[in-house]
Amino acid sequence: MSEAIKTDVVIIGAGPVGLFAVFQLGLLDIKTHLVDILDKVGGQCAELYPEKPIYDIPAVPLITGHGLTEALMEQIKPFHPTFHLGEMVTTIEHLDAQNFRVTTDGGKVFETKAVVIAAGGGSFQPKRPPIAGIEPYENKSVHYAVRKMDAFRDKNLLIVGGGDSALDWTLNLQPVAKRLTLVHRRDDFRGAPANVGKMRALVAAGSMDLKIGQVCELEGAGGQLTGAHIKAADGTISRVEVDAMLPFFGLTMKLGPVANWGFDLKDELIPVDTGTFETSKPGLFAIGDINTYPGKMKLILSGFHEAALMAQRAHHYVHPEKRLVFQYTTSSTNLQKKLGVK
Amino acid sequence: MPKITFIEHDGTVHTVEAEIGSTVMETAQRNDVTSIVAECGGSCTCATCVVHVDEKWSPVVGPPSAEEEDMLDFAFEVKPTSRLACQIKVTEALDGLVVYTPAYQGR
Ligand SMILES: Cc1cc2nc3c(=O)[nH]c(=O)nc-3n(C[C@H](O)[C@H](O)[C@H](O)COP(=O)(O)OP(=O)(O)OC[C@H]3O[C@@H](n4cnc5c(N)ncnc54)[C@H](O)[C@@H]3O)c2cc1C
Ligand code: FES
Repeated sequence: MSEAIKTDVVIIGAGPVGLFAVFQLGLLDIKTHLVDILDKVGGQCAELYPEKPIYDIPAVPLITGHGLTEALMEQIKPFHPTFHLGEMVTTIEHLDAQNFRVTTDGGKVFETKAVVIAAGGGSFQPKRPPIAGIEPYENKSVHYAVRKMDAFRDKNLLIVGGGDSALDWTLNLQPVAKRLTLVHRRDDFRGAPANVGKMRALVAAGSMDLKIGQVCELEGAGGQLTGAHIKAADGTISRVEVDAMLPFFGLTMKLGPVANWGFDLKDELIPVDTGTFETSKPGLFAIGDINTYPGKMKLILSGFHEAALMAQRAHHYVHPEKRLVFQYTTSSTNLQKKLGVK
Repeated sequence: MPKITFIEHDGTVHTVEAEIGSTVMETAQRNDVTSIVAECGGSCTCATCVVHVDEKWSPVVGPPSAEEEDMLDFAFEVKPTSRLACQIKVTEALDGLVVYTPAYQGR
């Protein structure tokens, strides 16, 4: 276990609501670390609909998911939050009245005075293809992410999918693999055109194979794949030698570790008090899509409001000795100093 | 009102009324056809609302748009008549439509 990172507040989830929480906490002199399983910030806005318009952010008639994420990052810059991306928070332990220990699957440990759970619809996890009998191979010879390229050296590799991840890994792993086969359901690729071109050139040069169809059956034993059957659109089935398979079918949100944190969940959501957005456990807050209360609406604007009220309460835990004075950013020189505008 | 029949993987049949102008996905949700997940609420970003359109009906319903076709890459066991239910608008012409829903929508 690495040495604990000490901070005021750990925010679990860097979606729009987690990001805005940095702002609200920052105004109250509360320092934050954010953890997200995605390799980027912005949560659903960045992962599911970066190019799509949002029309109901107050005073912003139109902004894209990507635009909103960028704007939030700009807004929270003065507070210098620390991001830990590509890591999933697995446990939260109550150490004593004033301290929690938060750990990630990457081995990071935080000691913090309060925890803000802004986990949205849960952690983004890869979609699993519904191929019969795939489970025993998972994490042995079927992988949903590449941790070390070297693990695929001199292997017969099957990559499945037609998006950027499938193409990127095809290009990266082709030189390493013994033989690489890319399988996609149609002869048209959504991924970046330049990469499609490179992949097609490798196929033309005979350096890799491209098969149009869908994987319908796996062969192997004891978690080790030996082959896969691919069904073409006309129903014909062909077989390829496979030592390892990498399916890329995008991500879906699964509740994940939130289920194990001891909350009395209601339909996979954490009940909160609407005056403070504190959960049933003092010092643990839940804001954004992950919480529930009478009248809850899963909207970004609701999450922003929740972040503001949460910060007021979190202040009690982080700076118990200080009294909170209500101030406007428009007129308070104190707040403006924190924002770096004075 | 046009009628739509959903035939689920396990054989359960739902024949329901659909509002003109709504989508086949919304029709499914209003009538508790739970094999249509629709995680993204109809914005063509999740591919968890897949239906296989009955072959007779496929020409009437028509092919997916380019954006929808891209999203179908994130679905499983895609067939030539597969569509995303949130991208099919209900019209008078779809009265009697039959669609099959898959066993698994990716979650
Ligand atoms: C297609 C679409 C269109 C939408 N349009 C609108 C709209 O027009 N207006 C509107 O207000 N809302 C809209 N929404 C809803 C809006 O996106 C959500 O309300 C918003 O994203 C919720 O923000 P959040 O920060 O609470 O959670 P999320 O955006 O879900 O972010 C949560 C983050 O937490 C991470 N996480 C979860 N668990 C863990 C863990 N254990 N460890 C580490 N990280 C974890 C996740 O990976 C995720 O990145 C839309 C949603 C979709 C899908
Ligand atoms: S509901 Fe998400 S793609 Fe149709």
